Amino acid sequence: MSDERTTGTARVKRGLAEMLRGGVIMDVVDAEQAKIAEDAGAVAVMALERVPSDIRRDGGVARMSDPSMIEGIQKAVTVPVMAKCRIGHFAEAQVLQALGVDYVDESEVLTPADEANHVDKWRFTVPFVCGATNLGEALRRIAEGACLIRSKGEAGTGNIVEAVRHLRSILGDIERVKVARPEERYAWAKELRAPVDLVDEVAERGELPVPLFCAGGIATPADAALVMQLGAQAVFVGSGIFKSSDPSKRARAIVETTTHYDDADIVAKVSRGLGEAMRGEEMGALDVKLAERGW
Amino acid sequence: MKIGVLALQGAFREHAEALQVLGADVALVKRPEELDSIDAIFLPGGESTTIDKLLDSSGLRAPLTRRLRDGLPAFATCAGLILCASEVIDGRADQSPLGVLDVTVRRNGYGRQRESFETPLTVRGLADGDFAGVFIRAPVVERVGRSVEVLAELDGVPVLGRAHDLWFASFHPELSGDLRLHQLFVNEVS
Repeated sequence: MSDERTTGTARVKRGLAEMLRGGVIMDVVDAEQAKIAEDAGAVAVMALERVPSDIRRDGGVARMSDPSMIEGIQKAVTVPVMAKCRIGHFAEAQVLQALGVDYVDESEVLTPADEANHVDKWRFTVPFVCGATNLGEALRRIAEGACLIRSKGEAGTGNIVEAVRHLRSILGDIERVKVARPEERYAWAKELRAPVDLVDEVAERGELPVPLFCAGGIATPADAALVMQLGAQAVFVGSGIFKSSDPSKRARAIVETTTHYDDADIVAKVSRGLGEAMRGEEMGALDVKLAERGW
Repeated sequence: MKIGVLALQGAFREHAEALQVLGADVALVKRPEELDSIDAIFLPGGESTTIDKLLDSSGLRAPLTRRLRDGLPAFATCAGLILCASEVIDGRADQSPLGVLDVTVRRNGYGRQRESFETPLTVRGLADGDFAGVFIRAPVVERVGRSVEVLAELDGVPVLGRAHDLWFASFHPELSGDLRLHQLFVNEVS
């Protein structure tokens, strides 16, 4: 073994997110679902005990999954395996790193463990993905070491409206920061509650320093095409696949759409005869808004 | 010279950006007809099992294989290398590599993300020092055929090489911020 191998660098951690671009990351609760997801062409799976719509229905405290369940999924598939820890719960994150998961999602879908602090993600070799509803939140997570940002959307609803709001907010503010005069970036940093060096980086690159994916409410191939055209670089699908009537077929259709999102003929072709989508929820009917978790 | 970048899934944008900086005419390839006008192609990193399926659904598998067999210059990185290999160990049972490059690779042979790493590499034919090798859940090249010229090794294992105009790397030159390998390839195949 060479002595000069360095693990856990920003380039290596962000690099895996770059490899997932144009792909679909699917929530799975057991080895059987994980295999269906991989068979359908998922670029990665998210191992969790209950999909968000069940967490929403059951209530109670939602925590990191049982390690044996995560290991079962790692054995079942060859694609990267992600898993969720609670916001601020660095001990759960340590366990997930010890298990060798490929990405940790510090997720608002689970019950937060800390009302002020997120995990200090720089301390970890495993990369983290975090949710955001706006540019300031995205940059605060990146400042803490997140290597991938996803919209929060409103998980478990099968309703794309919140993810669209979050993507438009993040991408719209990036455009506004880009055209701001250099001396105005300090005020932007104050308004966004984010470090000015990250605001500078966004202004100069015209995009986040890490990839931006979409999560929260994708239920159909057209939903995936919508958010990819808006500027998401890949999609997470949670309840939308395994709460539908034909998960395998729907999963394949969303995989194809995420590649060919700008070709409506292909989206039309794969959208035919998918059976029932998940039922879905109106935002006004929700008791708990998961997207409000995180600081 | 028009250079295509296979854009079904993965890090195709980074290759396209590197090539644009070098002044190349770059075209993303997602459909069979987009293969017709290109003079070389980059096969990027990504999830090889996903790209394998998308090659079928997009109709690209047969025409891409034909063009590579006919000598279309190509640079295959990480998952792209897995796609080109003649033999893949630890792949999915339904994964069918194009078999245009006489190498055997072990998928995720360098381990999971936790084991992913960077290391300096000495590349034959590259002036001005080492090249930063970024290895992400990378495949291990376990065997190379006689047609393959090895250009860089890590602990005695080939990590960069070429069989005539088909180049491969088990790491990610497009993530290094160093354009020398893209430049070298473009110079050699132009």
